[in-house]
Amino acid sequence: MIKIWSWGVVIFGAMFFALPLIGMAEFSLSMRRGVYSLDAYWVVLADPNFQATFGYSVIMALATIAFGVLLVVPTAYWVRLKIPAARPWVEFITLLPLVIPAIVIVFGYIRLYNTSSFLPMTGSVMGTNLLLMFGYATLSLPYMYRSIDTGLRTIDVATLTEAAQILGAGWVTIIGRVILPNVLASVLSGAFLTFAIVIGEFTMAALLDRPAFGPYMQILGANRAYEPAALAVIAFGLTWACMGLIGLVTLLSKHTQAAKR
Amino acid sequence: MALARAKRRVDLRLIGLLPFMLFVGLFLILPTLYIVVGAFRTPAGGFTFQNILDLNTPNIRSAYWVSIKISFASALIGCIVGFGMAAAITVGGLPKRAREPLLTFSGVASNFAGVPLAFAFIATIGPAGLITLWLKNEMGINLRAYGWNLLSTPGLILTYLFFQIPLMILIITPALDGLRREWREAAAILGATRRQYWMMVGLPILFPSLLGTMALLFANAFGAVATAIALTGPSLNIAPILLFAQIRGDVLGSPNLGYALALGMIVITGFANALYIWLRARSERWLK
Repeated sequence: MIKIWSWGVVIFGAMFFALPLIGMAEFSLSMRRGVYSLDAYWVVLADPNFQATFGYSVIMALATIAFGVLLVVPTAYWVRLKIPAARPWVEFITLLPLVIPAIVIVFGYIRLYNTSSFLPMTGSVMGTNLLLMFGYATLSLPYMYRSIDTGLRTIDVATLTEAAQILGAGWVTIIGRVILPNVLASVLSGAFLTFAIVIGEFTMAALLDRPAFGPYMQILGANRAYEPAALAVIAFGLTWACMGLIGLVTLLSKHTQAAKR
Repeated sequence: MALARAKRRVDLRLIGLLPFMLFVGLFLILPTLYIVVGAFRTPAGGFTFQNILDLNTPNIRSAYWVSIKISFASALIGCIVGFGMAAAITVGGLPKRAREPLLTFSGVASNFAGVPLAFAFIATIGPAGLITLWLKNEMGINLRAYGWNLLSTPGLILTYLFFQIPLMILIITPALDGLRREWREAAAILGATRRQYWMMVGLPILFPSLLGTMALLFANAFGAVATAIALTGPSLNIAPILLFAQIRGDVLGSPNLGYALALGMIVITGFANALYIWLRARSERWLK
């Protein structure tokens, strides 16, 4: 009896999830009347705006990841090694972007860093790009920090540091060549999740008026019929790939840990 | 002398936190504070409560109210369905093979939000979507005639469920795993039926987790901007879309009223998150 109910609930849920995915896939293939074709995909892929905005968002994502790693790895390491008492506070701060909606944060940026402020970042294109990158780093901070902090918990930070110091390593060497390789799996997990978040992000990019992939999708969605469905399939594939890579990295790191023991 | 040295040591340790503090200060705390302070300011810079009072217009009130209704409904339904599915794969006796794919898929689906999600639902159950056309052509059911419209409150709730249910599954599955076998056995020895066990042991233990997760889902839906805009355009009057329009073009006609609108959103999501944290701490008493 319980089992029948269980199957019923799971099948109902699976249908709810499957139907929109089937719907968007079917729609994306129906651009040519009567037959299935990949026309919508070719149209999208050949669109110079697609190439430009997608490229922009990929570069943004990579820059965000690089900045996030540079910021979070030393911070999480330092907190674990030197000031464990501050850990709950730092963790609390990193969770704040989940509490404060992204639209409010970017609202603050626009007013705080406008052309007549002490730091006129929105005054130039490069400045706005930088501001958007910092915004993305803020959005991904909860995931990045938690992922890396969990990774640091599994290694003996103090012993590794002392061993490196005895061999004459400085702080840069310790973090770059001892700590980072040891938490690489966690760093990569955080990086892929950041990539998945940044690549299709809409609110911040639209309000800062940057030509990113998210606003491009929204504009296309308002004007076209079949191309948006093709974009949705591509975006879903990207999300799936990012999550798959996280799983793969976790699996591989477990494997190497087991081999070491 | 000793005091001075101790002070210097503390300072040195904190230097390591400086880049982080500088970053969150400039790009998280300060922008938020700017909004919060701005909500209590007159255009000339003086202190006032007028902006908060001015939120009480029919337009803004209805924006908040519709937002709260959508977030609450999608959180409640997401909670119930997500719990049902999580229960099915943990205590429902389904084969272990069903578990991992569902959890993996939940990880993907909970991150598949925003603009593409809206497209997927438009292609499926929008005016010319797969299900809509199928029902119309094969079954002779015209959804429109029954008052169905994806670009509306129920449509938004349905769409939000696509990321709410997976999030619920991801959060509640560990809690269900934490229910100890001994508790069920102890209840059974005392003569409890399965129903009694759930009513008097299982659900009360899970209750803080359930309620807390619901608060989290509520906040999650409340802050969602992209899905709503891609689905309905600027037409639907909900708090995040109104704020979006305000930031773009000052539709309220007063910048400080815009800050107050944003402050209202922080207060609501902040309250929901605080509830989540408090309830999670409570649930950890039992589930470790």
